[in-house]
Amino acid sequence: MSYFEAQGISIQFGGLTALNNVSFEVNQGEVFSIIGPNGAGKTTIFNCINRYYDLDKGMFLFRDDDITRVKPHVVAEMGISRTFQNTELFGNTTVLDNLLLGRHRLRRTNILKEALFTQSVRKQEIGNREKAEKIIDFLNLKPYRDRMVAGLPYGIQKIVELGRALAMEPELLLLDEPSSGMSMEETEDMVFWISDIKEQMGVTIIIVEHDMKLVKELSDRVIALSFGVPLTQGSPEEVLNHPEVIKAYLGEKDAFSPA
Amino acid sequence: MRFVLKRHYNEDIKLFRYRSTFFWYLGLVIGCFLLPLVLSSYFISLLSFICIYSIVSVGLMLLTGYTGQISLGHAAFFAIGAYTSSILTKTGLPFLLAFPTAGLLAAIVGIIIGLPALRLSGLYLAIVTMAFSFIVEEIILRCESLTRGNLGMMVGPPSIGTLSFDTEKSFFYLALIFLIFTLLTAKNILRSPTGRAFSAIRDSEVAAQAMGISLPKYKVLAFVISAFFTGIAGSLFAHKMTFINPESFTIAVSIEFMAMIIIGGLGSLQGAVLGAIFVILLPQLIVLTKYYVGSIPSIQAGFESGLYGLMIILFILFEPMGIYGRWRKVKFYFELFPLYKKDTFRRERKYYKMQRQ
Repeated sequence: MSYFEAQGISIQFGGLTALNNVSFEVNQGEVFSIIGPNGAGKTTIFNCINRYYDLDKGMFLFRDDDITRVKPHVVAEMGISRTFQNTELFGNTTVLDNLLLGRHRLRRTNILKEALFTQSVRKQEIGNREKAEKIIDFLNLKPYRDRMVAGLPYGIQKIVELGRALAMEPELLLLDEPSSGMSMEETEDMVFWISDIKEQMGVTIIIVEHDMKLVKELSDRVIALSFGVPLTQGSPEEVLNHPEVIKAYLGEKDAFSPA
Repeated sequence: MRFVLKRHYNEDIKLFRYRSTFFWYLGLVIGCFLLPLVLSSYFISLLSFICIYSIVSVGLMLLTGYTGQISLGHAAFFAIGAYTSSILTKTGLPFLLAFPTAGLLAAIVGIIIGLPALRLSGLYLAIVTMAFSFIVEEIILRCESLTRGNLGMMVGPPSIGTLSFDTEKSFFYLALIFLIFTLLTAKNILRSPTGRAFSAIRDSEVAAQAMGISLPKYKVLAFVISAFFTGIAGSLFAHKMTFINPESFTIAVSIEFMAMIIIGGLGSLQGAVLGAIFVILLPQLIVLTKYYVGSIPSIQAGFESGLYGLMIILFILFEPMGIYGRWRKVKFYFELFPLYKKDTFRRERKYYKMQRQ
């Protein structure tokens, strides 16, 4: 059985079919990319995995567990972490606190122990901080460590969000347009980090991305969607050169020629 | 500016950032313990009320300032605490048992009122909690066999063993000890995963869920903790007043509580205490002005509530971080003395829209 699997997922918003019978499999340790023009339903897939939306049909299997009907926070507890397209950070807390929040799923103490701040809580906190500092080192976030997130530049916020997802020690990482709104240099850094995350930490990654260079460089396999319908999937070269995919992005050759 | 070389993660977790801060707070506590020796019993009584209101304020701060859930129903938790403790001590239960029971009962009711918070937010939650407050007020009025309705109840002073806290001074010490206990507990919660989960819910519910934070669990937990603190404060209040009736727990009291945390400064425990001090001392100031200006009967009736309203508006407009925010700015000014930059605390505007699902 595969590591993560979507089986014939479909979802409708009123009359709009956002996803129509989409199936794919992700193997452990690979980078899987989802591409498609605007409105193809890429982010919707993530929102369905995270259980913000209910699927109409189909199911998600994560390590053979059905995660289609669990509560949203359980998805995270199982080790699936994600970033958001336009960042969803905890704005009124510091970068360090954001990373520490990523550690929430690994917490082993209860509220009574925390109210008394027993030794076990202290030990856990020290462990959490150690991990958070490692991520700060890894992502070069040191200058921003104690800054409020709300005042940081957008590019830095995206990195903080990646860091927060990493702090969860994820098994499966969902990255929603990691390079959107970032400069060339920032995108290059992002590519390095993602490949490091894959190779050194052994995390399986699903990426939604518009930057085809990034997709080509990182992905092991790619699926292309258009208006909720899967067009094709396979190796990056195959998919990016597929006539249907080119048509979906650029339109047909004579679409604008005079009749 | 001070820079501390941190050598261990413990130094990020500890209660006081600098050694000097610890000594300042120690001095403050010692000062509080010495105050009754020089003040008259009237002012000691005021200090006791400040302690009681501070406990409520800390509770409400956890809920509203940190978790972002508005409650206009805290007078009800206050009432539940007060009546539970009064009724229980009347049946002969010692104060030491009645006191935590008051907190626990309020906490249990907190679960019930926390449940609608899962579906509501903002103004709607405010209205539901307000309705809850009216319901509790009405129940207290009707349950005459227990509460004696409008006639009110006489409550004895608290006593632990043979120790009776019937003087102003001794009661103040009791209230102060409970306030310190409350502050320490709240601070511990805030520096641990639960506290972080609270502020995560305030900032982004969507992201909080993606971190594995269960919204139902933590929202209800915030209500429970908040109600517990308000309940024990209610118990102290009843024993301080020695007489309670439903009129001590109207919606105006809830608004007073809300005023405390907004004026004190949302999102800080120091602000919670400063707000309580402000709310207790404001009526005293009004009394003083009456002494000088002469009382005008038509102004008196709604003057206090009006002033709270005005204060809240002014603070939200000009100092959203409250008294504590102002204090931090003043402190910062002196720390950096000749180099202070005016824009340090300017709130940054964001030009991109956050995605909301």
